[in-house]
Amino acid sequence: MSDRPDRQLEHRSHVSYIDKSREYYQAQGFEQAYRWAAFDEVPFTRLSKPVSECNVAVVTTSFLHHHDSYFGAPATDKVVYHHRVADVPDRMFTDDLSWDKQATHTDDTESFLPLSALRALADDGVIGSLNDRFFGVPTEYSQRRTGLDADQVAEWCEHDGVDIAVLVPL
Amino acid sequence: MCHQTVSLVARRLEAAGIATVVVGSARDIVEEAGVPRFVFVDFPLGNSCGKPGDRAMQRDIVSLAIEVVASSIAPRTTVQAPQRWGSDDWRDAFMAVGDHNRDALRAAGERRRAHQAAAR
Repeated sequence: MSDRPDRQLEHRSHVSYIDKSREYYQAQGFEQAYRWAAFDEVPFTRLSKPVSECNVAVVTTSFLHHHDSYFGAPATDKVVYHHRVADVPDRMFTDDLSWDKQATHTDDTESFLPLSALRALADDGVIGSLNDRFFGVPTEYSQRRTGLDADQVAEWCEHDGVDIAVLVPL
Repeated sequence: MCHQTVSLVARRLEAAGIATVVVGSARDIVEEAGVPRFVFVDFPLGNSCGKPGDRAMQRDIVSLAIEVVASSIAPRTTVQAPQRWGSDDWRDAFMAVGDHNRDALRAAGERRRAHQAAAR
């Protein structure tokens, strides 16, 4: 094991996106800092069966089609959706989201929507199955609106008998 | 913002009895919200499930996420994936603010506020 003597000279262990975005939007002249969601209490559900018997679903913030967006804000006309995993497009729409467009790209959907990887784990018996559909949630500044979308995804997951959800943001 | 969105959904699903794991790259946003299980992948935002085209890495990261669901015993479980991006240039470059772009950022903010006011 090699240690990382260089690490704290340049960076601590991870980038603080809360700090970065605060400075960025301050520089844009927005005076009110965004209040990020913060909770003391965190729910926890123990698995009631082995993962090899579990049905696994994916939740993404990418979308199937183009949506217009303006000035770096997420598109506002997106609606929570479900889609069959057997029918995934070669590309997903991510242009309106705030991922690192200088450092990387999203041309390979498996780098953020791991359907093939989970299908392979199902084929190998590591998990029971990949759920027949995955779920997409709009990125919102409004935590209240995201709460309504979360209710919808929960309803779909319960209907499908989902045991485990793997959630991957951009 | 995507990281906050999925964190809130994870909390809702978990409360409904569905075990969740977030696989993401903005550690502070996810941990601030508070989620049951989190696999932190220390990459630029966009490829939390592994580098584009690297099927072996993608499978390793997703396998780790499933293992974390199987082995976690308490909420706020964070596991850092061992994969490395390979360079650190992106850390300072993303959303950078400096003398080189201060005027441009201020102008972009003005345009955005004008658009928001017109949309109201």
